[in-house]
Amino acid sequence: MKTPDILLRQILIENEGIVFQKKFLQGNEAVVEGVLAAGLSFYAGYPITPSTEIAEILSVRLPRIHGKFIQMEDEIASMGAIIGASLAGAKSMTATSGPGFSLMQELIGYAGMAQVPCLIVDVMRTGPSTGLPTASAQGDVMQAIWGTHGDHPVVVAAPSTVSEMYYLSIWCLNVAEELRIPVILLPDEIVGHSREVVSVPPLEVVRKVDRKKPSGPPEEFKPFHINGTEVGPMAQMGDQYRHNTTGLFYDDEGFPTNSPKRAQELTTYLLEKVLSRQSDLVLYDQDVDDNPELIIIAYGSVARAAEYVVSYFKEQGRFIGLFRPITLWPFPSTELGLLAPRCTRFLLAESNCGQMTDMVKAALGSAVELRCLNQSDGLPIAPSRFIETIEQWSADVKRKEAAYVATTA
Amino acid sequence: MLQPPRDPKEFLRLDRMPHIWCPGCGNGIILGAFLRAVAALELDQNNVAVVSGIGCSSRAAGYIDFHTTHTAHGRAIPFATGIKMHKPSQTVVVMTGDGDCMAIGGNHFIHAARRNIDLTVIIFNNFIYGMTSGQASPATPLNSFATTAVYGSIEPPFDICKMAQAAGATYVARGTTFHAKQLPILIADAIKNPGFSVVEVLCGCPTHFGKLNKVGSPVELLQLQRSIGVSVKDAALLTPEQLAGKFLLGELHRETRPEYVSVYSKLFERVHGV
Repeated sequence: MKTPDILLRQILIENEGIVFQKKFLQGNEAVVEGVLAAGLSFYAGYPITPSTEIAEILSVRLPRIHGKFIQMEDEIASMGAIIGASLAGAKSMTATSGPGFSLMQELIGYAGMAQVPCLIVDVMRTGPSTGLPTASAQGDVMQAIWGTHGDHPVVVAAPSTVSEMYYLSIWCLNVAEELRIPVILLPDEIVGHSREVVSVPPLEVVRKVDRKKPSGPPEEFKPFHINGTEVGPMAQMGDQYRHNTTGLFYDDEGFPTNSPKRAQELTTYLLEKVLSRQSDLVLYDQDVDDNPELIIIAYGSVARAAEYVVSYFKEQGRFIGLFRPITLWPFPSTELGLLAPRCTRFLLAESNCGQMTDMVKAALGSAVELRCLNQSDGLPIAPSRFIETIEQWSADVKRKEAAYVATTA
Repeated sequence: MLQPPRDPKEFLRLDRMPHIWCPGCGNGIILGAFLRAVAALELDQNNVAVVSGIGCSSRAAGYIDFHTTHTAHGRAIPFATGIKMHKPSQTVVVMTGDGDCMAIGGNHFIHAARRNIDLTVIIFNNFIYGMTSGQASPATPLNSFATTAVYGSIEPPFDICKMAQAAGATYVARGTTFHAKQLPILIADAIKNPGFSVVEVLCGCPTHFGKLNKVGSPVELLQLQRSIGVSVKDAALLTPEQLAGKFLLGELHRETRPEYVSVYSKLFERVHGV
């Protein structure tokens, strides 16, 4: 599966004439290569399968480049430490899986509220609760988008390949810095533990985004002044732009306020930071012929099986399309909606009980038929299940057509 | 007594007054003591980060002109850990309460002490959850009253200082808002200690602890602190029976142990170029 140009264009400063280095990497290893290329300087985390390799490898790599690594006492503390480090100027991240991700939710909200850039990697395993710790799933989609309390900004991206683990890690850290928000990279265990060849670009062509820094007289600095959907500059500890940061609703200077007007204004602003940039932020991939019989919607490792299914039918002269959301939030709803006039049947496949169904329904509208293929047993959705579902559906259509012909004859 | 060269009032964000604390609350005395310590140590405001959790005490951060961060309930120490690790040049002070630090944040407290990371934690111990109107905390004395302990608390409280020492803090002291002149000295010593330092300060909450326990006036609460506090020096002359129910005051523990961030810096040298 090719890494889409839409993503590569955002990461590579130049694309021509550069020599890529081929590396055989595990998905979690690729995250490490990506975040280091993007300028990560701080990691705090707590061990949890299937994300632990990220912590283990960064514990080796960060001290060599004067970065900081700390294993905290739990995931709540890990989240607190990465926010603290980010306030002090670091590009920071943590990695976890379902149970730890649940513990992080309160402080993910804090990062959104207080506008602190940070990256959270949640390598999804089967839940709820301790679930199946070593088995893959996509059960954290809703938690990643809506997990913390209150209306909050977030960006969520789901890679399908080890190469995308690399490129999306860079992208996520860049988006976090640019928008001053928590960004969530959401691979499933299969992608985290797959090993594939990644074409790694030379570091000098990797686009790194750094948060804007304040300038001008400190006494005039308004750290949280709202101007449209513009992202303001961020001070850091040690500079002269001393100010207050809080998880309460705050005024232009960062001090608590109970003003209903400000609360509404700030909530809207925090959400609009992401939503107003939706068309720039959404990442997706599609392979849809002129006249597809059916379009599969799948993301993460499930899209890999879907890709195989598409080629299987192609060999038989049947055209099945594939639409793959890469950002799950903002969701590429406009882009998916454009496919609705081109096909009447859509199959949404997920390794969960249907967490993306409503978003997909809303994007496609009611003129098309949507069926869902869901599986939450810890096993990957096998291509055979896709094929059975598609053949069954085709049989249903043929039967209906025959019945229609019979009634009109 | 330390002689402050700068007027501690200069560190207040006076435009953020009035504060939210009730009349007779001890928090202002502790905040004042901290500012006197900062003045005495001649710290550069740009190099001081004050991190607080949630609760009445944690509002202190908002009223002072440093790099201040008001975090989530119980989580000030993890935030402070991240700040100190990334910016070791910062003097990082945590302002927290008995509920914030010893209940919801208890795990972070012991682990930061174990690491001996160079943070100074000032615990405003008013024996109760003040902001939520008087529930029992892990510091509420046995048989005292709280809105969630209306028959008297049946849980024994933590000895915060013993806990800090056992977990590995390298400077531990206890003061009270009655012994106000001693406080800046204890806090300055805590800041100077290159490691995890804890200053527990007993302070009065007339609105909740005082009212529920029939010591409603701020003066009575200060008198209570005087009567239950015993200096380390005086305590040496008392029997265990005489010390029952008393709180030892002053510097209680000091030791030298490698500090976490310094040890981490040495790691750079060890692995550089590996």
